[in-house]
Amino acid sequence: MSSLYARRRMTNTLNLAASYLTMAFGLFWLSWILITLLKYGLGGINLAMFTQMTPPPGSAGGLLNAIAGSLMMALAGTLIGTPVGILAGIYLAEYGNRGWLAPITRFINDILLSAPSIVIGLFVYEVVVANSRHFSGWAGSLALALIVIPVVVRTTENMLRLVPDTMREAAAALGAPQTKVIMQVTLRASKAGVITGILLAVARISGETAPLLFTALNNQFWSLDMNQPLANLPVVIFQFAMSPYDDWHNLAWAGALLITASVLGLNILARTLFHQKNSQF
Amino acid sequence: MTPNTPTKISIRDLNFYYGKFLALKNINLDIEENKVTAFIGPSGCGKSTLLRTLNRMYQLYPGQRAEGQILMDGSNVLDPKQDLNMLRAKVGMVFQKPTPFPMSIFDNIAFGVKLYESLGRREMEERVEWALRKAALWEEVKDKLQQSGNSLSGGQQQRLCIARGIAVKPEVVLLDEPCSALDPISTAHIEELINELKSEYTIVIVTHNMQQAARVSDYTAYMYLGDLIEFGDTDNIFTTPTQKATEDYITGKFG
Repeated sequence: MSSLYARRRMTNTLNLAASYLTMAFGLFWLSWILITLLKYGLGGINLAMFTQMTPPPGSAGGLLNAIAGSLMMALAGTLIGTPVGILAGIYLAEYGNRGWLAPITRFINDILLSAPSIVIGLFVYEVVVANSRHFSGWAGSLALALIVIPVVVRTTENMLRLVPDTMREAAAALGAPQTKVIMQVTLRASKAGVITGILLAVARISGETAPLLFTALNNQFWSLDMNQPLANLPVVIFQFAMSPYDDWHNLAWAGALLITASVLGLNILARTLFHQKNSQF
Repeated sequence: MTPNTPTKISIRDLNFYYGKFLALKNINLDIEENKVTAFIGPSGCGKSTLLRTLNRMYQLYPGQRAEGQILMDGSNVLDPKQDLNMLRAKVGMVFQKPTPFPMSIFDNIAFGVKLYESLGRREMEERVEWALRKAALWEEVKDKLQQSGNSLSGGQQQRLCIARGIAVKPEVVLLDEPCSALDPISTAHIEELINELKSEYTIVIVTHNMQQAARVSDYTAYMYLGDLIEFGDTDNIFTTPTQKATEDYITGKFG
């Protein structure tokens, strides 16, 4: 065995070991978090959590109003953000080859993608909450939509770019106008990927606290009025976890476990969808 | 050339640019109706480029442009006033790699038809069957029309693409190396198909494979570095080429 080859093998072994170590390092913290979450959260999961409102300090209760508020705002945020994101993604992938608008849009979208969510919360606070003089579910939804948009833009563009140009040419060669090529051929070819992106965006906003703290705030009571402050899981968890009361602590743990489980479920769903992509159409 | 077949397409003084690069140099060529015309030549000679000017496929990409005239039935297809979609309804195209759309076999065929005609369900079914029969694919797929086009083999996919092109009833069919991704048996199927289709369509085929050009075409154009070196009867080109360059290429001295 030549010395060069021996050295190469050793480098390989070292690098491989380093990779395993870093993986173990990451997994260690992740499992610690999950185990802690399960340990404290499982006890709080019961029927009351889904049927009762957030309690005043010192008494038992549930998280129903927070769950409902979270679902509504996540839904509204996704419904507002998804069409904008998909349309912008289509523009970038299908029309953005010429001109200066697309590269700038892409650059700004990347900034938005990595902007701290508290900045987005503050922005919506300034623009909506300060002007209307009250916190509201709509303001919360808008903040969440602003987080959804860059994620959806990015995945939609990437997925459309995976569609080979020959497919576009083939559709154009039949005389199909560009809108038809996009709607019926390229978007369809990347459907699974685009839906995956939306699901990942939903997963991303389900746990966001900062943007809601300044916009939807919280509500102790049952309310579905999007024009009023709206209860939501992340802020309730934040508030309850900071409090000195044991009942509230237990609910905070249970809520955290609930969010984590939902996000995990969404991620698994997204992945399965993406992997089925080629088996169907 | 036989004098009694009318000219379908006349290419006159055609220059083509990729940005500043001149890829086709002053091409003059007549394509006969209901015949098979083959473009041959080494890679990069401009044969695909020439094919893609005939349906103005190049217009999808900025920086590509053609100068000169391409007269189809007397009217210039390079005229900016020429409606692109109507041109492409008349000039179908099949690509090197099979490109089934992400939809069922039936919808793959119906997609193009729907762009130009609003047919009832029965009529559409008849049209799909007609196109698939023309492309010699019907017997193989008639029981699975609702399956994805991707579920077919490569050769079947390519025939599906031919059927899709024929379904809109074009007058000219452009084939861009249609067999280069296929095995010999599928290739034989497609060549047989070309032979049958030429009675109704004007066919232009680009091919890397000289034997294929000799087998399927009536006329052959030999191109090199953007120039049309020689054009004529396929038999003559392959047996008694007038240009030394053509002879060198077809006898395999290079290429």
